[in-house]
Amino acid sequence: MTHSTPHKISDTPAISCRNISKSYGKVNALHDITFDVQQGEIFGVIGPDGAGKSTLFRILTTLLLPDTGDATVEGFDVVKEYKKIRKIVGYMPGKFSLYQDLTVEENLRIFATLFNTTIEENYHLVKDIYSQIEPFKTRRAGALSGGMKQKLALSCALIHKPSILFLDEPTTGIDPVSRKELWEMLRKLKSQGITIIVSTPYMDEASLCDRIALIQNGSFLRIDTPDNIVKSFGNRLISVRGENMGELLKRLREIPGVISCFAFGDSHHVAAEKSSNQLNSLTADTLAENLKKQGYTNLEVKNIEPGIEDCFMELTAK
Amino acid sequence: MKVIEVENLTKRFGSFTAVDNISFSVEKGEIFGFLGANGAGKTTAMRMLCGLLVPTSGKGVVAGYDIQHQSEKVKASIGYMSQKFALYEDLKVWENIRLYAGIYGVPEKETKERTDMLLAELGFEKEKESLVKSLPLGWRQKLAFSVSIFHNPEIVFLDEPTGGVDPVTRRQFWEMIYKASERGITVFVTTHYMDEAEYCNRVSIMVDGRIDALDSPSALRREFAAASMDEVFRHLARKSKNNGL
Repeated sequence: MTHSTPHKISDTPAISCRNISKSYGKVNALHDITFDVQQGEIFGVIGPDGAGKSTLFRILTTLLLPDTGDATVEGFDVVKEYKKIRKIVGYMPGKFSLYQDLTVEENLRIFATLFNTTIEENYHLVKDIYSQIEPFKTRRAGALSGGMKQKLALSCALIHKPSILFLDEPTTGIDPVSRKELWEMLRKLKSQGITIIVSTPYMDEASLCDRIALIQNGSFLRIDTPDNIVKSFGNRLISVRGENMGELLKRLREIPGVISCFAFGDSHHVAAEKSSNQLNSLTADTLAENLKKQGYTNLEVKNIEPGIEDCFMELTAK
Repeated sequence: MKVIEVENLTKRFGSFTAVDNISFSVEKGEIFGFLGANGAGKTTAMRMLCGLLVPTSGKGVVAGYDIQHQSEKVKASIGYMSQKFALYEDLKVWENIRLYAGIYGVPEKETKERTDMLLAELGFEKEKESLVKSLPLGWRQKLAFSVSIFHNPEIVFLDEPTGGVDPVTRRQFWEMIYKASERGITVFVTTHYMDEAEYCNRVSIMVDGRIDALDSPSALRREFAAASMDEVFRHLARKSKNNGL
């Protein structure tokens, strides 16, 4: 048995990534990725499918070699010291990868045994999550529902007491209630000192991370706290709600000064230029006036704070 | 005119009741959101409506055909796409269109003429000869939707069509749904994005095999005194006894 916390120096970044690139044939999956993750952080990698999230996770968990660049996990080099990294990370791939023909309990025991520990020794770590599926511990993993599979996979990724947890799209295809539960579990794991790097295509999960990287087409668009990213939104954002929203969307896009307009749930978000020139500047008031002249009534037009999804759309439009 | 009519539809697997006595109807041209937690019974219900699964009891009429006794006619009258299965990745863009059009009996001459029109509309003219697997996910999903309605079906069933798609493309996808609905195609759609629930004319929410709520998004928000559909959904899904089983 090794000691429980191997080589943990608090000022070593949990992850340090410098100029990592990776191509598959002609496809440039990752391009010049540089970032650090601090100890004990929840770091979110947020972007659509195909943006390069899984490739990044596979490089950092030593399952894939980068073409160029360097990266360390807990100070260990991902290429030269891959064996050390494999002992200290927990990895939950995007695709369900447990043994479908083994039971819930057998899966957990295999993972514990592979890492030279036992379920009993680290039960406290998985208790919150595993106790929810324990009533079904004799069920085959393949027969579990999506939400339960995720809970089992997370338990298996945790049972060897990793110092960093890599979760690749743990909430994809999961309903909003189960998604919320999973994030509550992640907050608890953070409080136990585990560093978590998590990827997701759901922009609304950004606010649950300490810091995030927005990723598109293999490049990071921005790395910062969710608050700072929202503050850096360059345009004015106006929300418009009324009747006949489909028609309204087209009309809004024709109004001078409107940079973009997209549906956001029950309202439309209009991005307008922040202009110092009063005449050209589109505000909630001038926009409302314009629409009223076009015959719209019963409108709710107001200035709003952008969300991460607004920011992502602004950044990708450039 | 009603294009989907369901009465007391039930499906049991052994002792487990996946769909529990549901009744509802959908109007022609309507965008109908079919929501529910994982395991609530959405997929089972949808498979019955598509003529792929025989109900244990109850009745369903889709596009004028009985789902149990005329399932082949049901299949010919509908379109279907999902996030997981949509197009053949190893076929070219035009080959996929030709394949699906052929399966649904669109005359070859018409297919040829409309293929170029469709690609122009999507802005994909340059991708006609590309393999589908070389396209970005968002493009693939837009193409898959166009292919699923190429034969002008009465109804198109969309199972989580926008999962993992980037925010801009996700919205463009919904604008395509609106256009299809304006053409009179009924859209039956599932999603885990609660903002998308707002884009539907009406929404049903399944809990433990039953439909616990069905109305327009604004009426549901009022009924549950909720600020968003997300809140409505969470309020209902929390009542589930299965809790993700």
